[in-house]
Amino acid sequence: MPHTQSGEVTGEPEVVPADVTPLVQLVSPTGERVVEPDNATYRSRVDHLTSEDLRALYRDMVLTRRFDDEATALQRQGELALYAQGRGQEAAQVGSAYALAPQDYVFPSYREHGVLQTRGVDPVDRLRLYRGADHGGWDPAAHNVHLYTLVIGSHVLHATGYAMGVQRDGAVGTGDAARDAAVVTYFGDGATSQGDVSEALVFAAVNNAPVVFFLQNNQWAISEPTSRQSRAPLYQRGEGFGIPSVRVDGNDVLACYAVTAEALERARSGGGPTFVEAYTYRMGAHTTSDDPTRYRERAEEDYWGRRDPIDRVAALLRAEDGWDDAWAADLDREADALGERLRTEVRALGAPPTTTMFEHVYATEHAQVAAERAWFEEYENETSEAAR
Amino acid sequence: MSETLTFARAITEGLRSALESDPKVLVMGEDVGRNGGVFRITDGLQKDFGEDRVVDTPLAESGIVGTAIGMALRGYRPVCEIQFDGFVFPAYDQITTQLAKMHYRSRGRLQVPVVIRIPYGGGIGAVEHHSESPEALFAHTPGLRVVSPSTPQDAYDMIRAAVASPDPVLFFEPKGRYWSKGEVTTGPYPSAQAAGTADVLNRARVARQGSDITLVAYGPTVATALKAADTLAAEGTSAEVVDLRSISPLDVTAVADSVRRTGRCVVVHEAPTFLGSGAEVAARVSEECFYSLEAPVLRVGGFHAPYPVAKLEHEYLPSVDRVVDAVDRVLAH
Repeated sequence: MPHTQSGEVTGEPEVVPADVTPLVQLVSPTGERVVEPDNATYRSRVDHLTSEDLRALYRDMVLTRRFDDEATALQRQGELALYAQGRGQEAAQVGSAYALAPQDYVFPSYREHGVLQTRGVDPVDRLRLYRGADHGGWDPAAHNVHLYTLVIGSHVLHATGYAMGVQRDGAVGTGDAARDAAVVTYFGDGATSQGDVSEALVFAAVNNAPVVFFLQNNQWAISEPTSRQSRAPLYQRGEGFGIPSVRVDGNDVLACYAVTAEALERARSGGGPTFVEAYTYRMGAHTTSDDPTRYRERAEEDYWGRRDPIDRVAALLRAEDGWDDAWAADLDREADALGERLRTEVRALGAPPTTTMFEHVYATEHAQVAAERAWFEEYENETSEAAR
Repeated sequence: MSETLTFARAITEGLRSALESDPKVLVMGEDVGRNGGVFRITDGLQKDFGEDRVVDTPLAESGIVGTAIGMALRGYRPVCEIQFDGFVFPAYDQITTQLAKMHYRSRGRLQVPVVIRIPYGGGIGAVEHHSESPEALFAHTPGLRVVSPSTPQDAYDMIRAAVASPDPVLFFEPKGRYWSKGEVTTGPYPSAQAAGTADVLNRARVARQGSDITLVAYGPTVATALKAADTLAAEGTSAEVVDLRSISPLDVTAVADSVRRTGRCVVVHEAPTFLGSGAEVAARVSEECFYSLEAPVLRVGGFHAPYPVAKLEHEYLPSVDRVVDAVDRVLAH
């Protein structure tokens, strides 16, 4: 058993760790297609993906990794207040997001940089929150991606309510591929202990809401292993609410794509919610304020390091003649350019005008906000005149 | 159209009017469907508007408000019912952390026009957690509007205005007043403005004119203050009664205009006075009316003790006698 829920690591890695069956896997850690009777329906969902699709997935994963590294470095240089690393979760995020239709809607937690990459949210906008320059940073309507939510699990209810709105709009089960819509919400193993997540599962189940609960079990909730959140495998949590549930190799981008595509199809066609547990690993720290050496073993990190989701796609591309050196060199240059842009533009994000703290507290005028703003503007004018 | 309605029925008619005029308006909560809610405020609405618009929810307050936020993000205008005041706290996180801040953190890109109706206050002989007045806990949170009507007409106008508001509104219904009756002019919103009650979510109203002292109240204690004013009139004291309607925002102008004329002020609410909304009124009055004041501002309200057993609630609640006692102390200056 190479890895247990308690974080204990023993023996040599296996293709599928003994304690995580069943597990949907389409590509082995060494890059070979996994062909089993059990995964036939999922295999059929990736049949149409060309090597061009594989390269697109690989590109989003590589750019997400570079974004992560640059953001971590910017935080170390004092340019970001905080950063939550997504390293190791690129396959789960990019693979699932690749299955989305434009009209689908995403409710992320705060580590879904790969989802935002795939959805097209601007990389600089993604760091405004961590820069301390904005509480959000992008227009949710532009890419159908809600803002990051920092309170664990709260947004899972918002996603469920949004899906109930989609139902009422008649955008479920019409058979029109351009109209039928689903909602995906991302959360972690720690969030499964939140009451709001359980309430969301109840509301989604009884309303048959078109929502996909995409749990990334990255094994650690800051310092607490999954064994401190649950004594049963987490995918079974969905089953307990009567929601179809599946556990997928979260480091296998094709498997994540396939299970999400199936779940989205169920949701859009009126089949209701699905619970997905993507079994993955947080290779980095919880955030830049965290030091994982205090609570987990190097051997475990090494084990997962050998199962890097990006290496797996590269190996698959090479095995299937989808790799192109010139293309790879271009991608390197694109990643370098992304890094340079982040270093320049994030550093240039200054403080907004002071009066923005009074803006949009309410959509309509509120006497106290108006009075305090008026006082503050006068105070600022007086103090700046006095300084002259 | 004008008819005599109970306070409760005025809210029902307001909700009905809102549901009729905007297909995006939804009603949701525990038992609001066939049962019509435990106070029957939503009686008949599910029959007329269907299960998709008048939604019986699972018994989970955080879930009610959290999903209402999601529906608002999709363009709906949910009106949530919380069954009793003391049951709102499972939803407190969603209300204060998510609902109140969504518009702000999105820099105005998102609106969450959610109304949360909460029957509140005491005086009906209820068991524990069924008689509380938690309005100050919400008024302290920027981003929320907190209102409480005191008459059937205001109940109708204010629920219509709350549903129409792009901001989240905590709508506190004085459950002890549900069975009181009054003339109510109903009609499609915004006929209320035409009737001269414009801006009911922002502006206080003078419920009774007077010249010797200002009694400030809202929701259930407006009736108490009006009765106290009757008693005081018999003793030769002319009390003005200001009905705040809204606790956030607070119509400081209306209160100050009155106190500048009377020179004296007593604030009455059921919630504990310690750090209650009356403390804010007193602070504002001392700032705005310092040179007009003849006496300190006094507060009459609940004590800093949990809401007591029903058999003691009439000693806990601000009574006409305690209001008159406070006025006597203020007049003694």
